[in-house]
Amino acid sequence: MGKRVSGAAVAFFAPLAAAENQLNMSPGVTEIGADIFQLHMLIMWICVAIGVAVFAVMFYSIYAHRKSKGHQAAQFHESTRVEVAWTVVPFLILIAMAVPATSTLLEVYDNDEAELDILITGYQWKWKYEYLDESGEPVAFFSNLATSQEEIYNTEHKGDNYLLEVDEPLVIPTNTKVRFLVTANDVIHSWWVPEIAVKRDAIPGFINEAWTRVPEEGIYRGQCTELCGAYHGFMPVEVHAVSPEDFDAWLLAKRGAAAAQTQLAMQTLSVDELMDRGKAVYDSACLACHGAQGEGGIGNAIAGSTVVLGDLSSHMAVVAGGVSGTAMQAFGGQLNDVELAAVLTYQRNAFGNNTGDVVQPGDVAGMKNG
Amino acid sequence: MADHHGPAQGISRWLFTTNHKDIGTMYLWFSFAMFLLGGFFAMVIRAELFQPGMQLVEPGFFNQMTTLHGLVMVFGAIMPSFVGLANWLIPMMIGAPDMALPRMNNWSFWILPPAFLMLASTLFMEGGAPAFGWTFYAPLSTTYAAPSVTFFIFAIHILGVSSIMGSINIIATVMNMRAPGMTYMKMPMFVWTWLITAFLLVAVMPVLAGAVTMMLMDIHFGTSFFSAAGGGDPVLFQHIFWFFGHPEVYIIILPAFGVVSQIIPAFSRKPLFGYASMVYATASIAFLSFIVWAHHMYTVGMPIAGELFFMYATMLIAVPTGVKVFNWISTMWRGALSFETPMLFCIGFLILFTLGGFTGLMLSIAPADFQYHDTYFVVAHFHYVMVAGAVFSMTAAVYYWLPKWCGRMYNEAMGKTHFWVSFIGFNITFFPQHFVGLAGMPRRIPDYALQFADFNMMSSIGAFIYGASQLLFLYNVVATIVAGKPVSEEKVWDGAEGLEWTVATPAPYHTFEEPPLVPKPAGTI
Repeated sequence: MGKRVSGAAVAFFAPLAAAENQLNMSPGVTEIGADIFQLHMLIMWICVAIGVAVFAVMFYSIYAHRKSKGHQAAQFHESTRVEVAWTVVPFLILIAMAVPATSTLLEVYDNDEAELDILITGYQWKWKYEYLDESGEPVAFFSNLATSQEEIYNTEHKGDNYLLEVDEPLVIPTNTKVRFLVTANDVIHSWWVPEIAVKRDAIPGFINEAWTRVPEEGIYRGQCTELCGAYHGFMPVEVHAVSPEDFDAWLLAKRGAAAAQTQLAMQTLSVDELMDRGKAVYDSACLACHGAQGEGGIGNAIAGSTVVLGDLSSHMAVVAGGVSGTAMQAFGGQLNDVELAAVLTYQRNAFGNNTGDVVQPGDVAGMKNG
Repeated sequence: MADHHGPAQGISRWLFTTNHKDIGTMYLWFSFAMFLLGGFFAMVIRAELFQPGMQLVEPGFFNQMTTLHGLVMVFGAIMPSFVGLANWLIPMMIGAPDMALPRMNNWSFWILPPAFLMLASTLFMEGGAPAFGWTFYAPLSTTYAAPSVTFFIFAIHILGVSSIMGSINIIATVMNMRAPGMTYMKMPMFVWTWLITAFLLVAVMPVLAGAVTMMLMDIHFGTSFFSAAGGGDPVLFQHIFWFFGHPEVYIIILPAFGVVSQIIPAFSRKPLFGYASMVYATASIAFLSFIVWAHHMYTVGMPIAGELFFMYATMLIAVPTGVKVFNWISTMWRGALSFETPMLFCIGFLILFTLGGFTGLMLSIAPADFQYHDTYFVVAHFHYVMVAGAVFSMTAAVYYWLPKWCGRMYNEAMGKTHFWVSFIGFNITFFPQHFVGLAGMPRRIPDYALQFADFNMMSSIGAFIYGASQLLFLYNVVATIVAGKPVSEEKVWDGAEGLEWTVATPAPYHTFEEPPLVPKPAGTI
């Protein structure tokens, strides 16, 4: 509250981006999306038809049977035949609705014979994607909100994909049956992309399944749909569907990068490189709670923090192990050794902390191993 | 009828009263105060959502507002308001001198204000108020909750105790204190719907108490009911919660059905159509409410057999609900209709509740629900049934029975204005929410993508209009009580039927000390 008041005032009255006002469900790009859309429309039109009939009778009565027009009240008050009719007819209509609903549901539940498995893990407040494939270097990464704090707090113009953009999207191949295994690390989240009609709750300790086969290349956006804490509104999903060739190339590059990270972890990095990498890690993992200048917010201040200025191993313990009972998560499983070393170095030297300490990936690995 | 003794003087009248009318009045005023408080929280929500970007509150506080809005409206405003109505009306409708258990009646009211005081005080605690939604899914409400959750649990326990006591009282009263000749199938629909509601409450409030107790154990005593890491199951929480939660929504709406079934015949000047089928439909809805809970959980990953069972069972609810709507319209058909404020609110109810019923039917279709679930489409749906259903009918009830209660007539022009402003404001607020929901806006988010901006602004403007119209209502009611035009006819409305219209106006402090004669045949309410 009261943050950057003047800027907020300007942005508050700024014209909104002229996005189209979508009125209806997205028909989606997948076969199931289309089926669900048709089901939705079918049920809606049946409801509209019933509604028109029922309300027509009611409004006619309101018009014609008014006391002010001198209408005398009839005194009839029951008819078993009518009651039976309006019990049986709706029942038959319901059966007509249940048939397509059941067949669509069976399709949604057909998780067999997937060609690619992706493990999706919900974290407060980001998604982790892991490509489950025995061959080659494992590929796993986090997908964070890419919209800046300045846009959210109205000091900068909001981009077209405001709140629906991530730093690293999920990439999937087109025309391939992709199975999503959905779980969570902390609280319940829900992974939803309207255009591919997949919504599955991510529940800690359980793995749910869902699947899709996307026929068209494109970017599909969604959001977390289960209240998961303060930043529930700020954990979007962005899926890039690319051709299988491009996907293979992308996966290969990711594997290469993962291998390079492993290599890097064995090296000694320069202070500048650690600081650069550390800032990047800080901005995506720490900034939301600890502030852009380490001034604190939901979390404690980093600038001048006794933890950060104190003993390295206890600093590492907090970052890697989290603080139970608070919003401070355990980043040990979320960041690799290079990233941990970089962010530790950064925190110990940025925001006026100037300890001069340099933490190398090897140090992190050493501390991890006790 | 001689007044043996009037009420005590001063504050002690209200603290120690065992009179069903006094207790009813306190329930009604308390629930209206909670309605304004919950409404204020809603205004904070709509103000923040007026435009994209964060302007007024922080995301964590926003979640506290959505949580408290839901809790206060459900447990503080709607439920106690219908209990207040039951207190005032059930004894007068069945020809009883008072409720069967008057001291418990006093207690069931007086534990409510401290419970809500405690719930509201969590706003000022470290870590803030509960911020996990009124459905408080674990583990967000256990491992990850602010310390105030313990106070929330205690408050829920007290509310549950209050509801159970109120329900036992209603059951005991209806079963034992009906005037001679008042057989079950002669009881007014309002009494029937409340009797069924009371059984629902007695059945499910202990389940809610169980859920919050398990939370308490998880938080403070090291159990793992809802934590997979300790061998528990977070989904178990949802099953337990919704086993309470779905009957709960019928607990809210059935008395509303009862009110509408009293008022529509009165202003149609024609007996309720299909009385017996209304009773059976209400009972069927109550029964079905116990076997549909998991339709709130289509996306948790249930096996397909469960998914199909809950889909079919849920769709079935459309049948008895449809019967009720058809009966109401048949009641109006070829009546002699007039459109005083209570009737306007009932017609508003009929239209908007039916719309909410249609979206409910759409939501019951499991595969389509994958797209609707936890979006604003759901928010629109349940506000159509909760606000336009429960709150509209409650408002109709106040206008309808207020002259009987206080012997003064409300200002009709102001009442009609209240209706039209409410009706229009409500629809501006909630109709666009269908659109943003279908277009993909999740519920319970403090900020949203730009494509949802126009409809959200519309929604917020509508909410401010609807909110303001309730102040007009408050003014009208107070002005009526203080200086309304006196009425003295026993039957304030020419079409009104029922024993409550045979006592003097305003209703004396004690009514039916001698049981009345019940001459009317079945089916004429």
